[in-house]
Amino acid sequence: MRLLLVDDSRTMRNIMKKTLDTLGGVEFSEASDGHEALKVIAATPAGFDLVLVDWNMPNMDGITLIHKIRDTDKKTPLMMVTTEAEKSRVMEAIKAGVNNYAVKPFTPEALLEKVTQTLSKAKAAA
Amino acid sequence: MSVIEAPKPAASPINSKLIMPFVNSVRSVFSTMVNVPTTLGKPFLKKDPCPSYDVSSIIGFSGDITGCVVVSLQMKAAEQLVSAFAGAAIESSSPDFADAIGELANMIAGAAKKDLGHAARISIPSVIIGTGHLIARLSDVPCIVIPCQTPSGDFTVEVSIKPVNQST
Repeated sequence: MRLLLVDDSRTMRNIMKKTLDTLGGVEFSEASDGHEALKVIAATPAGFDLVLVDWNMPNMDGITLIHKIRDTDKKTPLMMVTTEAEKSRVMEAIKAGVNNYAVKPFTPEALLEKVTQTLSKAKAAA
Repeated sequence: MSVIEAPKPAASPINSKLIMPFVNSVRSVFSTMVNVPTTLGKPFLKKDPCPSYDVSSIIGFSGDITGCVVVSLQMKAAEQLVSAFAGAAIESSSPDFADAIGELANMIAGAAKKDLGHAARISIPSVIIGTGHLIARLSDVPCIVIPCQTPSGDFTVEVSIKPVNQST
C-alpha cells in the first residue's frame, strides 16, 4: 500500500508515519507543500492508495493541491489532516473532493480509524 | 440636586471569549498529542514586550481577527516537550526542534480558532530561539498571558488578538 503524506512539518509527517506504519506493508512518500506533492504524484505512475494533505502550508496550500489533483484524478482517495476545524472549512474541502477529514490534534487511534475507513470505502467503491 | 455617580469599575482587559478557546486548545493539544500533564494558571495582563521565555513560536491572525499568539517556552521544557510530542529525543540544535515547536503552536492556535466565533486565518508559524528577544505586537491590543506548568518546565501562551473593527 502506498501513502503520500503532505505536511510542511517534518515532525507531523513522522508522527503520522509512526502511527500508520502499524497498518503493515505501507510504503510512504512525503512532500512538504502542494508543489512538491504534485511532483511526487507525477513521478509515481503507479499512484497512491491514499494522499493525506495538511491545509496550511507555504508555497501551495492543501486546498489548492486538492483542487489540482481533482482536476485530472477523480479516483485517488484524498484525506485532509489539518487544524482547520470550522464547518465551513470542512464543507469547502468536501466540495473540492476530499474523501475524509481529520482534525489536529488527534490521537493515534482516531487517525488510524479515519484512514482505515477511507481505505475501506475506496476499496468497496473500486 | 446634583447626583454624584460612583465611579464605574474599569473594564477588564481580559476578554474571556478570546482567551478560553486557547485555554481549551492547550489542554486538548497536550493531553492528545504530547501526553504530558499540564496545569494552567490564571491568565494575566502583560505589558512587557519580551516573551516570557527563551523559545517563542509566533502565529499571526488575519481576517476577522487581527494580532498574534506566542507560545513561549523555557529551553529545557521546550526540548522535553517536543521530544514527548515527536516520540523521539530532539535537541535544540536539531532542525527538527523549531519544526516541532512551530507545529505545537500551530495546533494550539488552530484548535482555538474554531471556537473564537470569527472567520479568521492563521499564518505559518515562525520560531525564534534566544534569550531576551523582543516581539512587537499591535500597540492597541492587550497581551494576555496564560501560564502553563508541566513536570518538564513552564511555558506560556501569550494571546494578543482582537476582532477587526472593534476597539479593545
